[in-house]
Amino acid sequence: MREEIIVSGRNNYLIDPHLHIWHWQIPLYLFLGGLAAGILFFAAFFTLMGKENKYKAAVKIAPHIVPWVLVLGLFALLLDLKHQLYFWRLYTTIRLESPMSWGAWVLMLVTPLSFIWSAIHIKEIFPRWDWKFKILEDLNAFLTKQKKAIAWVMGTSSVILGVYTGILFSAFNARPLWNTSILGPLFLASGLSAGAAVIMLLSKKHKERTMFAKIDIGIIVVELFLIVHMFMGFLASTQVQINAAELFLGGPWTAPFWIFVVILGMIVPVFLEVLELKKFKIPVVIPATLVLFGSLMLRFLISYAGQESRWLY
Amino acid sequence: MRYAMAIDTKKCVGCSDCVVACQTENNVPIGYCRDWVVEVTDGTYPQLEIEIRSERCNHCDNSPCVRCCPTGASHYSDGGIVLVTPNKCIGCGACITSCPYDARYPHPDGYVDKCTFCIHRIKKGLEPACVAACPTKCMYFGDLDDPNSPVSEILKVRKYKTLIPEAGTGPQVYYLI
Repeated sequence: MREEIIVSGRNNYLIDPHLHIWHWQIPLYLFLGGLAAGILFFAAFFTLMGKENKYKAAVKIAPHIVPWVLVLGLFALLLDLKHQLYFWRLYTTIRLESPMSWGAWVLMLVTPLSFIWSAIHIKEIFPRWDWKFKILEDLNAFLTKQKKAIAWVMGTSSVILGVYTGILFSAFNARPLWNTSILGPLFLASGLSAGAAVIMLLSKKHKERTMFAKIDIGIIVVELFLIVHMFMGFLASTQVQINAAELFLGGPWTAPFWIFVVILGMIVPVFLEVLELKKFKIPVVIPATLVLFGSLMLRFLISYAGQESRWLY
Repeated sequence: MRYAMAIDTKKCVGCSDCVVACQTENNVPIGYCRDWVVEVTDGTYPQLEIEIRSERCNHCDNSPCVRCCPTGASHYSDGGIVLVTPNKCIGCGACITSCPYDARYPHPDGYVDKCTFCIHRIKKGLEPACVAACPTKCMYFGDLDDPNSPVSEILKVRKYKTLIPEAGTGPQVYYLI
C-alpha cells in the first residue's frame, strides 16, 4: 500500500487539490473557435466549388454570424487571462512551438477575413445596404473580385483554427487525458459538425438542408470513430493514460460524457437526420441544437476532466 | 553551466523549513508556496517505509512550460534555470497546465510565479534559501558541469532518481535514495 501526502500543506489557488486553472472561458472559446472554423470552411469550400448559389446559406448567410462568434470567443479568452493588461504581448512574439501562439496568430488572420467575408455579402442580409463613401464602394468591389483568393486563405486558415482548438489541449503531456493527437481531428470534426448545424438552422431551402444533414451525418460518424479510437489508444498506453480513459469509462465523468456528448450530441441527431432524409418531418431545430450542445459539452468535459488527469509519482 | 539540486531523502525529516525559508526570502504571497514537502509511506504496518521529498520546480532541460509559452515570458536563464518575466506574462495558464509537477501557480498580481532556484542569491555566490536553511543539510546545490560542485560530488557517490523522467522533461532536481 502506498500513501502520498504533502505534509507541508500546499494549497496553491487554482492548482490544489487538483488543477482547475481553466474554467468555462477556455472551453467556450474553443467551441466558438471551432464553430467559426466550421462555418468558414463550408463557405470557402462551396465558393471554390462554384456552388455559391446552390448553397446560399452556407456561403452567404451563415458567415455573417462568424465575426460575432469570434469576437465573443476572443472576449472569453481575454476573460481567462490573469494578467489581462499584457494580452498584447501575444502579438509581439511568434512562437512556433506554442499552440497558444499559433491560435493567437491564426485568429489574427481569420477574424479580419470573417469581417471581410461578411462585408462583401452584406447585401444578402440588408438588400438596401449602402456603403455611402466611394472609397468603401471601391474596396468592396475590389474584395469581391478577389473572392476566390480570399476563400482559399479562409478555407486553409479555418482548418488550422479547427485543428488548433484540439492541439491546444493535446500539446500538454502533463495531462494524460489530453495527450493524444486524436484531439486535433476530433475537435476539427466537432467544429465542422457544429458549423453544418448552424447552416441547417439558417437555410431556407430544403435541398441545402438535406445536403448539410448528409454532411453532418458523415462527420458525426467520423467523430464516433475518432472517439472509439481515442479510448483504444488510451487503453493500450501507459498507466496514466489508462487512468485518464477511466475518467470516462466508469469514472466520475462517465455519465455526462456518454449521455451529453455521445448520445444526445451525436447519436440522437444522426438518427433524426436519417429520419429526415427518409422523408419524416423532423423540425431541423432539434438535431441542429443537439449537435451544437454536444459540441459545446465535448469541449467542457475534455477540458474539465483533462485537468483532473495527472501523472503518478 | 547547468545548475541542479540534489536532495537526500534519507536525511530529510520533513520539517518544512525549506518551505518557510523560500516564502520569506522570495516574498511569496500568503497562502502560496514555491516548494513543498511530500511524504510517501509504503507498505503495511509494521513493515513500513517512508520517503520524504522536498519538491519544487525541476528546472527541466526540456521544459514543457517554456515550450508552450506564447509570449516567451517563460524562458531559460543562466545555467538552465527556468524563469518567468512578469511583464511579458499574460497569465494564460498554458505553462501551469503543461507542468507535470504542478510547480507553478498564478500570482495574485496576475502573472505566473514559481521557484527561481533563488537566482538572485546564486548571483551573489550564495546558496538558494531552501538549501541554506535546511537544518539536516540534506540539500545540495551547484553546477553539474563543475565536477567539484557539491551537487556533482554527491551524485558521483549516491544512487538517485528524478521525478517522472518518462514525461520527457529532463528534470534537474535529483533525489538521493
